[in-house]
Amino acid sequence: MMKYVRLGLLCLLAAVVTLPLVMTLCASFMGEAELMEHIGAVLPGGSGRALTPTLPAAPTLRQYAALLLDTSVYLRMFWNSLLTVVPVVLGQAVVGTLAAWGFARYRFPARDGLFMGYIALMMMPFQVTLAPSYLALDLLNLIDTRWAIILPGIFSTFAVFLLRQFFQTVPYELVEAARIDSAGEARLFVWIGLPLGLPGVASLCVLSFLDNWNLIEQPMTFLKSQDKWPLSLYLPRIGESNVDVAFAASIVTLLPTLLLFFYCESYLVRGIQMAGLKE
Amino acid sequence: MQTTLAIRRLVRRRGARQGAGQLRRNEALTGMAFIAPSLAGCLVFVFVPFLDALRRSVTNGFTGGFAGLTYYIEIFHNQSFLTAVANTGRFIALCVPALVALSLGLALALDESVPGHGALRAAFLLPMAVPVACVALLWQLLFHQNGLVNAIPRLLSLPSIDWTRGGWALACLIISYVWKNVGYNMVLFIAGLGGISATLYEAAAVDGASPARRFISITLPCLKPTVFTVTVLSLLGAFKSYREAYLVAGSYPPGSVYLLQHTLNNWFAKLEIERLSAAAVVTAAVILALVALLNRAWASDAGL
Repeated sequence: MMKYVRLGLLCLLAAVVTLPLVMTLCASFMGEAELMEHIGAVLPGGSGRALTPTLPAAPTLRQYAALLLDTSVYLRMFWNSLLTVVPVVLGQAVVGTLAAWGFARYRFPARDGLFMGYIALMMMPFQVTLAPSYLALDLLNLIDTRWAIILPGIFSTFAVFLLRQFFQTVPYELVEAARIDSAGEARLFVWIGLPLGLPGVASLCVLSFLDNWNLIEQPMTFLKSQDKWPLSLYLPRIGESNVDVAFAASIVTLLPTLLLFFYCESYLVRGIQMAGLKE
Repeated sequence: MQTTLAIRRLVRRRGARQGAGQLRRNEALTGMAFIAPSLAGCLVFVFVPFLDALRRSVTNGFTGGFAGLTYYIEIFHNQSFLTAVANTGRFIALCVPALVALSLGLALALDESVPGHGALRAAFLLPMAVPVACVALLWQLLFHQNGLVNAIPRLLSLPSIDWTRGGWALACLIISYVWKNVGYNMVLFIAGLGGISATLYEAAAVDGASPARRFISITLPCLKPTVFTVTVLSLLGAFKSYREAYLVAGSYPPGSVYLLQHTLNNWFAKLEIERLSAAAVVTAAVILALVALLNRAWASDAGL
């Protein structure tokens, strides 16, 4: 009996949690008139009550067509996003794996203090390092280029934190055994560290993609020309004037992350768990 | 076990031959070499620029002379800074414990024995994949004066409220924060719970310990390292909630969700670099102290 009550409560909660996404999906297939009937009340100057978007009475792809076919803005922003996020994720994987291996496997002076600094850096809100970072990027002539997002992104300390936790669980004996075979430290990393770390790196990539697909503040501050903006800034830009495509735009924006989510859920879950690993 | 011991002995012998000092030096150098690319990046993009910010925070912006603590004193007399600090503190003090408690509860409820636990876990993780920008639109639909949430007060024949304004905006921000992060923390807690040895529970059950007693004496202490990670990542998420507040209400949102990040952002926009630098230094120091404090609180077994 208790078991069913628990299951029921969990299902109810899960339904509440997923409801916003379901509503967005339903609203994205509505024609303009039907959409206004549902959400018109919450727009400026609207009155009455908003209705919960459910299955549309007359489903249409008009919103999607308007978004994808009528202008090239969306596609350009999609490319901008991809060209920013993919280098960041790959760079993080390389730099982060190396550093995590160094932190997890070797002892050197000030290591723990430095790692604490890394954690603190990971937690800093963007605005704390905003002005210094801006000045540094300006000095390097990177402002208003994609590299202003990519380069600082590659050196995210979150990647190091996550992968270090993972590498710490690699059995000490395995590494020492290889060391006795007089493998050099670099080969040790390539032959032992990398193969063992690969699932961890894959998980990091999933988490980092989700995070970087969502960048708001960085592109807004570091990219002056709107034609360089990523997709994450598309929705905030369309505003209330053409709210009719907003729901379709939401769905298309989250489509890549959603696909990644469903295809790589096991990696995602492992990535999350990785942070909690201990020696 | 036997081979392990043999290996350890071998390592020690090799160590003795080479001289322990030499070996340790080699180890340190190799370790630093692995970290070098990452550290170099952090130095160029954050640490060194931040030292520059530190310098600016004590330098007079017009004359270039030493300004001492002038700007620090100034920000602590600045009304909007003080409001923002108080709001941010209140937001964190409310949302982090709520999130930790809720996600622990969910993790306890959603064990492997629940049918369909995989699908349920996916459902709770789903909000992670929803871009922040979509959240702004949903806020409007849900929390507006004419929005969907107002069905509840209407049902009780109470007047409807614009939840996005006034003190309620803070509640909205907390709800969307919990919504977004509960699955993530739940997965962390499930992993932590899975790591607790079953024999501990069996032994306690044999000794006649009640479920509540077992939770307090076994589960909670064993979860300590997980709690450290959860707290650190929850704080990280809390700072990211600024995006929602910003996208919903812009640079000057209702009083209750005017956060520290808003102040810093607005000072940046007005090029008040000295004040901004002072505030950034103070914030960075507080976060560093917080991490050190958390680390010490859990150091005994956090493996950090």
